[in-house]
Amino acid sequence: MARRSASMLSRLLANPSSPFTAPSRSITYMPRPGDGAPRIVTLIPGDGIGPLVTGAVEQVMEAMHAPVHFERYEVRGNMRKVPEEVIESVKRNKVCLKGGLATPVGGGVSSLNMQLRKELDIYASLVNCINVPGLVTRHENVDIVVIRENTEGEYSGLEHEVVPGVVESLKVITKFCSERIARYAFEYAYLNNRKKVTAVHKANIMKLADGLFLESCREVAKKYSGITYNEIIVDNCCMQLVAKPEQFDVMVTPNLYGNLIANTAAGIAGGTGVMPGGNVGAEHAIFEQGASAGNVGNDKIVEQKKANPVALLLSSAMMLRHLRFPTFADRLETAVKQVIQEGKCRTKDLGGDCTTQEVVDAVIAALE
Amino acid sequence: MTMAANLARRLIGNRSTQILGADSSSGAATSVARAFCSSSTPITATLFPGDGIGPEIAESVKKVFTTAGVPIEWEEHYVGTEIDPRTQSFLTWDSLESVRRNKVGLKGPMATPIGKGHRSLNLTLRKELNLYANVRPCYSLPGYKTRYDDVDLITIRENTEGEYSGLEHQVVRGVVESLKIITRQASLRVAEYAFLYAKTHGRERVSAIHKANIMQKTDGLFLKCCREVAEKYPEITYEEVVIDNCCMMLVKNPALFDVLVMPNLYGDIISDLCAGLVGGLGLTPSCNIGEDGVALAEAVHGSAPDIAGKNLANPTALLLSGVMMLRHLKLNEQAEQIHSAIINTIAEGKYRTADLGGSSTTTEFTKAICDHL
Repeated sequence: MARRSASMLSRLLANPSSPFTAPSRSITYMPRPGDGAPRIVTLIPGDGIGPLVTGAVEQVMEAMHAPVHFERYEVRGNMRKVPEEVIESVKRNKVCLKGGLATPVGGGVSSLNMQLRKELDIYASLVNCINVPGLVTRHENVDIVVIRENTEGEYSGLEHEVVPGVVESLKVITKFCSERIARYAFEYAYLNNRKKVTAVHKANIMKLADGLFLESCREVAKKYSGITYNEIIVDNCCMQLVAKPEQFDVMVTPNLYGNLIANTAAGIAGGTGVMPGGNVGAEHAIFEQGASAGNVGNDKIVEQKKANPVALLLSSAMMLRHLRFPTFADRLETAVKQVIQEGKCRTKDLGGDCTTQEVVDAVIAALE
Repeated sequence: MTMAANLARRLIGNRSTQILGADSSSGAATSVARAFCSSSTPITATLFPGDGIGPEIAESVKKVFTTAGVPIEWEEHYVGTEIDPRTQSFLTWDSLESVRRNKVGLKGPMATPIGKGHRSLNLTLRKELNLYANVRPCYSLPGYKTRYDDVDLITIRENTEGEYSGLEHQVVRGVVESLKIITRQASLRVAEYAFLYAKTHGRERVSAIHKANIMQKTDGLFLKCCREVAEKYPEITYEEVVIDNCCMMLVKNPALFDVLVMPNLYGDIISDLCAGLVGGLGLTPSCNIGEDGVALAEAVHGSAPDIAGKNLANPTALLLSGVMMLRHLKLNEQAEQIHSAIINTIAEGKYRTADLGGSSTTTEFTKAICDHL
């Protein structure tokens, strides 16, 4: 007991500003009567490493006795569309936890990830890219939240062949969606004590489309005088991310650039195996691994069961906060962070050689 | 010295026409053969010094090339002060004709004047000369330490269509559409060039970067064309990587990639990302390839008006682009010489310009390179 509190104390002193540091006992959260009733969450294991990592989350949730029940639905990436019952379930439960759904390349099947987002109008995708203490990367002081518009832009899926050999794809930007995402980004920054919002665009070339996006961002920026707002062109942004990532705080982007920026930022902070993320709309929320929702790993990882469950575990902690169970979220995050910092149990992408199950066991052991 | 250089050039020339001769689809072969017809007379090349720091670094290039004994005669052209009606921009018709005639050029940074009624300078060059591929080699400069030490890759970007077609319109108030166009012809052209480049430079792997899981028809067409060309080069490994994976892998482990071929938008972002990995745009060479074997090497950084005329600019990008131009002309020996001189000067660390953390002037840096030759 003394040893654990000593290690916690040393962690607190070493890293006072990290969001992963939990106060030793939270006394400010006062639940309403009945808040302890278990919530039902839709669970979609997905393809590839999906079932492995969602299994990990289920185990950890049980060990914590978290008031969460999972309603499991099988969805495969090569299905034509998401089954009706799954959508019904998410609409009922309002919250969903999802492993990756692979979209077959050039297969003529529209992405199921996109379908879910459009049907449930989940318009903001959030990836929190932050240096995890104990994980050595080339860049320090990375703490970037990438907020990406999730429903339109280049991913509208409107393509057609004009004549054989010439294909057109439509990129649609609307004022409504741009304003929505800008408002969400600024509100997020305001509620989470973030100081700067950067809009990423390519308006020097795509003057009307990205110009409209920028206009919406500027209008919303005027209402938040306490938050600095600036704009950066996407290719310059990538270069700056690689050279000086500490200059970015919250970034708001249209769909495609958001995908690239989120992956780049996740890469510099430690890899997509570690970054939590979620998609949120006005009524529903889907939590999945941070960047690369379509990345389900390769067969070798599935066989050897060496997938990294950290990203999904941290995303499920975000989900617990969304469900208003903050202490469970804090406990889970502290445990995961401790396991990574100790460094004894890491999967291959973090430089170790453990299996998923070993990491899960370590996390369960670290739970207080 | 010149006789030996001529002999070497003729020898290299024979081998290169053997390599390139079999592949008739590239115009580069014909241009190289033509360049060698005049092995004793110097090759004329167009030089656009550009604005801002352009003239200083162009001077630098000319000096290094003369010291190395490169048989190139420069035809200098400047951006005009009025709009030429034939080109609808500040670049004159004569300048463009000169590049078309000489087939090679070197371009410094040009600042597009703000205003309407004329096309941007880069757009003019691209459209008039039909520059379809932008080649940017990114390699870690030994001696200039960045966070990444083992970068050695080449990005080849399709430069004419894709998302940058500029076709946008407002459908109704508050709704804007932008067209992304991919054609078979343009994709085949850039894929052919990418594989040809890989072969002539001894590269083993070509990766096509795409987002065909979402944009199935457009990037799907691009991939199909790449696959077709890949079949003709069985000795080169071909793979396809989704762009978000590619971004992540590039920042985690850039040594995984060799040659990257991509459509326009992804190419823009990835090539700038790779430039960031090795030290920024001040050190990155680039070369635009056009139809009929036209090659226009350029420095991709800006014109830096704040340090113009103060002898502080870093000529490395333009020098390395010049080296790319020499390699295109098959003047490999001199290219190698100048390249090693630049690398050694930077590695030594005694003479470095301000942006690399040193305090030398442009002229001192240039002199150091000349001394290393």
